[in-house]
Amino acid sequence: MAASSAALSLPKVFRPVLGLGRSGNPAKVWAAAASCRREKSTFVGRIIPPPAKYGGRHTVTLIPGDGIGPELLNHVRELFRFSCVPVDFEVVNVNSSVATEDDIHNAITAIRRNGVALKGNIETNHNMPPSHKSRNNLLRTSLDLFANMMHCQSLPGVQTRHKNIDIIIIRENTEGEYSSLEHESVSGVVESLKIITRYNSLRIADYAFRLAREKGRRRVTAVHKANIMKLADGLFLQCCKEVASGYPDIQFDSMIVDNTTMQLVSKPHQFDVMVMPNLYGNVVSNVCAGLVGGPGLVPGANYGTNYAVFETATRNTGKSIADKNIANPTAMLLASCLMLDHLRLHDYANMIRGAVLTTMNETRLHTADIGGQGTTSEVVQSVMKNIQSGRCKN
Amino acid sequence: DFTKSWIIILQTVTLIPGDGIGPEISTAVMKIFEAAKAPIQWEERNVTAIKGPGGKWMIPTEAKDSMDKSKIGLKGPLKTPIAAGHPSMNLLLRKTFDLYANVRPCVSIEGYKTPYTDVDLVTIRENTEGEYSGIEHVIVDGVVQSIKLITEEASQRIAEYAFEYARNNQRASVTAVHKANIMRMSDGLFLRKCREVAENFKDIKFTEMYLDTVCLNMVQDPTQFDVLVMPNLYGDILSDLCAGLIGGLGVTPSGNIGANGVAIFESVHGTAPDIAGKDLANPTALLLSAVMMLRHMGLHGQAKKIETACFDTIRDKKVLTKDLGGNSKCSEFTGEICRRVQDME
Repeated sequence: MAASSAALSLPKVFRPVLGLGRSGNPAKVWAAAASCRREKSTFVGRIIPPPAKYGGRHTVTLIPGDGIGPELLNHVRELFRFSCVPVDFEVVNVNSSVATEDDIHNAITAIRRNGVALKGNIETNHNMPPSHKSRNNLLRTSLDLFANMMHCQSLPGVQTRHKNIDIIIIRENTEGEYSSLEHESVSGVVESLKIITRYNSLRIADYAFRLAREKGRRRVTAVHKANIMKLADGLFLQCCKEVASGYPDIQFDSMIVDNTTMQLVSKPHQFDVMVMPNLYGNVVSNVCAGLVGGPGLVPGANYGTNYAVFETATRNTGKSIADKNIANPTAMLLASCLMLDHLRLHDYANMIRGAVLTTMNETRLHTADIGGQGTTSEVVQSVMKNIQSGRCKN
Repeated sequence: DFTKSWIIILQTVTLIPGDGIGPEISTAVMKIFEAAKAPIQWEERNVTAIKGPGGKWMIPTEAKDSMDKSKIGLKGPLKTPIAAGHPSMNLLLRKTFDLYANVRPCVSIEGYKTPYTDVDLVTIRENTEGEYSGIEHVIVDGVVQSIKLITEEASQRIAEYAFEYARNNQRASVTAVHKANIMRMSDGLFLRKCREVAENFKDIKFTEMYLDTVCLNMVQDPTQFDVLVMPNLYGDILSDLCAGLIGGLGVTPSGNIGANGVAIFESVHGTAPDIAGKDLANPTALLLSAVMMLRHMGLHGQAKKIETACFDTIRDKKVLTKDLGGNSKCSEFTGEICRRVQDME
């Protein structure tokens, strides 16, 4: 992959944007999106070899994390047991309050062993000294999970200000502003380094274009701030343009990040696939998650060359709603479906996904974050009931 | 008050019309202020960069002197010529007057419908350092580092300004936006300074929130936010996000506060060269910035009068410029606001 990218030495002029975005008949958009989800082969299945199966069952590392993580992952386990999904979970607890990094390294070793993980967010106490690094970040960089993929889709049963949103966000996951390289050169003056490398930028751009092609998407937009950070974001943008020239069937354009957020809240339908460095990815993915209904609805996936870790897209700990049975399990359930797709257990993935989406249509089961009064267990019970009736129908 | 009707103190304001639609919207604002009998004396100046004695680019001396004397400026959009050799004009102004705080109040405009109603927040952005320090290096071929600089003084200054603004404008809370979980030292320093300053402003509630949480909550329920203070990059993104909530840069006011009491209020949209000189421009952004300027100067009555006239005109929907959904000319829109202002006398 690196060799082919190196061959594109001169950046060609990229095609200007001509498309109007995915506007059109809402029913068609939803149907197209639905069929996209049910496709048999996912992109990542090709660059990551499927993990080993022992006795026909997969082993997946489970990291409960903090806040609502443990309860939601318990529900996932319950659901998998109920649906007879051939997945065994190896639970690794990570204690976020201790200063030693043994726990997170154990988790990383477990993920190296199993190849796949499902995790809740591990809390980072930002009042601790800088030597206490973010555990989530450590996990992502150690396993080189370079691509964070988030598919934001409006769910039909959920009321939002904007309808029929369908945006894929690909965020570089290991470098950029999250390099954790900071120093205080003079007392009272702190420098934080943002690192952009050609290798990683090419890698993420290539991932974005391949995914766009795989999913039949027509346009990739690079989000940057190259007018101010001329060298850093300039390099990122240049790498995207180089990769774009190798995909003439896909339109490529770029947009400055502040304009992007402004456009997202007024005209989100103009966006198709977006690729960006780490921090802008954080902002844009949270804005998009908010647009489709909130943090409880969108699953996220972190892919590397050898490993994949699945979690909720916005990575919230949800401390204030922990253990109250009011958290929305949709994001975590859909993340587990993404995991099943990755393991090539597509039938189970589609079964659970279909059941979750059918449940979403019932407004009286909506949890508090999307305006209802339902509880987490009610939602999970309903999903199980839908799975059961789905099975009986066959 | 008997004495007030006899003594009218005219305050001088340096007016920088700008390029493109700048001159026509500046004229519109001057006309409206005249109709409102606002005690403002305009001093028009041009800020096209000239090369100073040391070879450094600087703004013309007349402009600088005028600003130093009047301390208040109103600026239209400036174009940044691509191959002119000098840095962006906005950057030059910022450096010349040490404009450290960018303030953008975002209030939903009744009559200009967006999916978000009842937005009423203010973003205060540190404007001198942070991620926009412009310090970048190529370490080895293919590896670039960009330095984000956070200093104690700048963080203290912006935090103090934010709390003072909140106090002077009767705002209930100030929220510091940061990413200290990842950028522990830099945003950690910023946060610490905000906390220290908050100790001196016990009447105002202080909260901290992660940038991603703010973005997430902002698009779901913007009413939960009041005053937001943050470093440069987050401020850039969030202030534009909030502008998008209320309808875009064409209706958003903005003010830059500098050291030594200097304040420059500006419209943040572009120069719109395609409609320049055609009497089609929308002066709302510059007008609302001018209203912000009046409030800064303490002329709250005048500010309210002009602002109400502007909002009433937009709400009525009879005379609107093209970007607001109507097909009236800029002069007609201006005339309508003038008429309303005079009716209020």
